[in-house]
Amino acid sequence: MSSDSSQSPPSPDRRWLIAFAWVWVGLPLAYGLYELVRKATQLFTG
Amino acid sequence: MTVRRMLDTAHRIRSTRRLLKSPATAYRSGFMSPPVAPPGWSRWLVPPAALSVHLSIGQAYAWSVFKPPLESALGLSGTQSALPFQLGIVMLGLSAAFGGTLVERNGPRWAMTVALVCFSSGFLLSALGAALEQYWLIVFGYGFVGGIGLGIGYISPVSTLIKWFPDRPGMATGIAIMGFGGGALIASPWSAQMLESFGGDSSGIALAFLVHGLSYAVFMLLGVLLVRVPSSAPGARGTARPAPTGPQVSANQAIRTPQFWCLWIVLCMNVTAGIGILEKAAPMITDFFADTSTPVSATAAAGFVALLSAANMAGRIAWSSTSDLIGRKNIYRVYLGAGALMYALIALFGDSSKPLFVLCALVILSFYGGGFATVPAYLKDLFGTYQVGAIHGRLLTAWSTAGVLGPLIVNWIADRQEEAGRHGASLYGLSFVIMIGLLVVGFVANELVRPVHPRHHIPAPKEAAHVQRQQSESA
Repeated sequence: MSSDSSQSPPSPDRRWLIAFAWVWVGLPLAYGLYELVRKATQLFTG
Repeated sequence: MTVRRMLDTAHRIRSTRRLLKSPATAYRSGFMSPPVAPPGWSRWLVPPAALSVHLSIGQAYAWSVFKPPLESALGLSGTQSALPFQLGIVMLGLSAAFGGTLVERNGPRWAMTVALVCFSSGFLLSALGAALEQYWLIVFGYGFVGGIGLGIGYISPVSTLIKWFPDRPGMATGIAIMGFGGGALIASPWSAQMLESFGGDSSGIALAFLVHGLSYAVFMLLGVLLVRVPSSAPGARGTARPAPTGPQVSANQAIRTPQFWCLWIVLCMNVTAGIGILEKAAPMITDFFADTSTPVSATAAAGFVALLSAANMAGRIAWSSTSDLIGRKNIYRVYLGAGALMYALIALFGDSSKPLFVLCALVILSFYGGGFATVPAYLKDLFGTYQVGAIHGRLLTAWSTAGVLGPLIVNWIADRQEEAGRHGASLYGLSFVIMIGLLVVGFVANELVRPVHPRHHIPAPKEAAHVQRQQSESA
């Protein structure tokens, strides 16, 4: 089963790759969320 | 009748032959054949691959940022400046519906590459169009070429994610489809800042399109490079995946089942109800509290729209993951049943309490997002993993229909009510009643969903071998 792949721990190289991949997509998303929160607070302050 | 049965049997045998192959060999071999995960490959590399595509193509919902500068630079009307986006959404539906089988056959890397090339080329063509002040080139580039990238990109990771996460398909597809909602959150402020820096004239817009095209190409490349299909090769330690179990239905068979059309109605009704709020969120909250002691300013209304986007995105991952625990049918009961209740609360008490209005709208939008994100897992439950991406692509025509239906209902009714001299919350009362009715229709359709009849299943391997033997003997 594919879930087996998660049971066998990834090699240290792969752990770096996993971290890099999540940072790659996480950073722009965090920027978008930051801008969203800034705008959403206007509902309560505007 | 006999000919039809023979054709049906031949189709079932062809499908079974494909199913009997391992996931890796089931795809066409060649340069773009999908890369099989090597031993020890982590399945947690697949969601970021999917997200890199969905976060990019989600930019489509931030198109409105380009509208005012395009209108002033090229002398366009509001309808004209909206056309690239509208054509893009039409192409999304068409390419997802007709390209789904190709995506299943050629694999996720091929699909993500097509999405990257089309989506980025769309921006590059638009850049050329803006630089030459040729409006039709922007429509063709962003709308037609880019729209194909939207549709193929949207369905590209679905089937692969479900195969990697058979224990949590709702969560896996929820992460990817959440990315589509997140794409607009990123693109909206980013594009606005870019236009501010480059200027709103035709050369500034062209430069902004060019940067978008190149940036998205680099960003999406991660998905192309990272995506892997799970291996079923015996002895492939850590990544071994047995052949799909449970009923498997091909995309061509699926659209002949009542289950597909029940789900089509469910998705269409749920999306229409969500768009009903999303389409007129800002004027709606302003109208609702216009005659109260605490009217809503334009700035606060913009904040309300942003909050709805957050609920839409959060609903995609939260509700879709919940469906792994409580089941797909039950979660759609919540979306449709509780959604109708939320609409009723807004219609009855919405104008008397701002927190109640905001809370109900947020819940409705979270159900809207959840409905999108949970449907691939629902399809997997009913039709198996065999061609779930292609079936999902065909189901997305419900989205295109709802995209027309939702705004049409709300805008048309609001305009008629205004002509009749009504104002405030009463402008939307009838729309809400219609939305409740649509959600009830969706609820009934969900109740009618039953397991797919075995006559639509692809025969199990043993049975298929027997049918094949019989065929060769009779030949």
